[in-house]
Amino acid sequence: MKTLRLPKPRLDFFASVLHKFGEVHAPVEHDGHYVFRRLARWSDARLTYTRTMLPPKKYVLPPRETLFRYRPDSGYVPPSKDPDTRIVLFGVHACDIFALNILDEVFAGPYPDPYYQARRGRLAIIGIDCTPDEHCFCRSMRADFVDHGFDLFFYDIGEYYLVLVGTALGDDMVIATGPLFEEVTQSDIDEYKRRSALKRVAFTLDVEIRDLPEIFELEYESEIWEDLGDQCISCGRCSLVCPTCYCYDVTDEIDIAGGSSTRTRAWDSCLFATHALVAGGENFRSARADRIKFRFYHKQRGFVAEYGRPSCVGCGRCSTACPVGIDIVQIIQRLRGVSDVARC
Amino acid sequence: MSHAADTTLVERPGLANPFQPAMARIVRIFKMVPDNFLFTLRFLDDGLARRFRHRPGQFVMLSVPGSGESPISISSSPTRPEVLELCVRRVGRVTNALYRLQTNDLVGVRGPYGNGFPVEQIRGHDLVLVAGGLGMAPLRSLVWYVLDKRDEFDAVTLLYGAKTPADMLFRDELVSLTDRHDITCLLTVDADPTGRWSGYTGVLPMLFNVTAIDPVRTFAAVCGPPVVYKYVLQRLLELGFTKDRILMSLERRMKCGVGKCGHCSVGYKYTCIHGPIFTYWDAINLPEMI
Repeated sequence: MKTLRLPKPRLDFFASVLHKFGEVHAPVEHDGHYVFRRLARWSDARLTYTRTMLPPKKYVLPPRETLFRYRPDSGYVPPSKDPDTRIVLFGVHACDIFALNILDEVFAGPYPDPYYQARRGRLAIIGIDCTPDEHCFCRSMRADFVDHGFDLFFYDIGEYYLVLVGTALGDDMVIATGPLFEEVTQSDIDEYKRRSALKRVAFTLDVEIRDLPEIFELEYESEIWEDLGDQCISCGRCSLVCPTCYCYDVTDEIDIAGGSSTRTRAWDSCLFATHALVAGGENFRSARADRIKFRFYHKQRGFVAEYGRPSCVGCGRCSTACPVGIDIVQIIQRLRGVSDVARC
Repeated sequence: MSHAADTTLVERPGLANPFQPAMARIVRIFKMVPDNFLFTLRFLDDGLARRFRHRPGQFVMLSVPGSGESPISISSSPTRPEVLELCVRRVGRVTNALYRLQTNDLVGVRGPYGNGFPVEQIRGHDLVLVAGGLGMAPLRSLVWYVLDKRDEFDAVTLLYGAKTPADMLFRDELVSLTDRHDITCLLTVDADPTGRWSGYTGVLPMLFNVTAIDPVRTFAAVCGPPVVYKYVLQRLLELGFTKDRILMSLERRMKCGVGKCGHCSVGYKYTCIHGPIFTYWDAINLPEMI
């Protein structure tokens, strides 16, 4: 992979030309949180943020989107194409890029989702490295580094950013800024490796995911799930903030004009009581304990069977968003029979 | 023996957008059983009507404009193409809206989806189909598929039970099968208030007592309400069926039909793409399945 370095004082200039490649979005501070948002000015960007409230999935799977308009004379017709708005999302952490890679797989397959694909194709990703906080366990989930899924990836190595060029588009961004970027030297590589080693020991959370699917099978009837069912209030926040939760609901609404209607999809959550409810009233997961078990089971065990790895990337959003303090890391430790969360 | 959908038998409508329904006309509404009508559909696009092929056991997503979309199993056999027959129970918002439509009205259809029955594996074997109540709807496609390709299969047995003769789906058609010599068709009702029922009276598992099935060379296809699974599966195991030769059709909430929306998941499988036909072995290995 092509690797360059960018002297830090030149970052502002680099950012100033990014608008040629689309609307520039980045983490900004909003109401006590970080959110990915279109920048009014580059100085609003907070590149040393911890985690955003919502993950980048909102750019590829919006909270609500129209699938079709129905008219009796034309049938189901997708809405006219969005203007070709390209977005450059600057400052995405490795775990979130890893999650986008997972969503890419889900929304491809034998039935590629054209809505997702179109948005994904218009989204450029510039990654940035980060320092784990007390909720991060991406290293345990093997999502603390990504080798694809970004156009450029910036590693802070002190005086410089070490920049991985992941795609042809990323290369165009580098070229568009002229001689801003420089060749990497051996001391840059050494500094990168030094910082990589430091990051490895900066994690305070550690969970073991080897044989976790087996543990989930063995503990399927564990009383842990009943306890969690009593605790959980089915608010669905964990799903909404999860970078890999992709469940959606589809509804038809009749338009005022006679005979026409609109089909919309919107984020859904398997914590909601209606998630597995079928017509006629049968509900395959009517108990809250079954629903929260299902959520973790699908992330940590079900996804492994289908895609070869858990869909959890260890971003820590569900633990920080849960209003009643349910913490996936603690659940895994309890299932494993480890009394305290391991500190490494 | 979870079988991925083999697409060789299937020609999907060539739409770039897998969520986009194609419009179809309701050409016949047969009031088979109260709240279980048989809707015959034909795609407006003649080419699509002729091209459309499915596997027995697959389903379509049926759109009723303005009301929504529901998964409905295909009751007709791909050996009788050009129209689709859907046996639809009036039970929710979408199906209630469908029952307000009339012949010549339009609905949306996309599919076919799901794996369908593994007919290639069943070929050359005996087949016993066991249906209870509304469970006949997804099995009827397989019945006619097997009868229309009769040489490819050995002994074929159909065991079907309903509460009363009036509750029996496809009653006249199935009664006429009892005369045929290339299928053993045994029909039973729990009770016969009419006094005119000529078939068996008694619960469905009782039919196993009046027919000989060789479990070594037979696949079983089972569909019905939970009580049917409870007794029929037990009976099949007692007879000596191996768990991966017992095939079951499941239903779940579905919003997409193509493995994206997440609603139909059971354990680590999606009913829409890994099913709706599962083996009993799958069923006991996947939590929440039955």
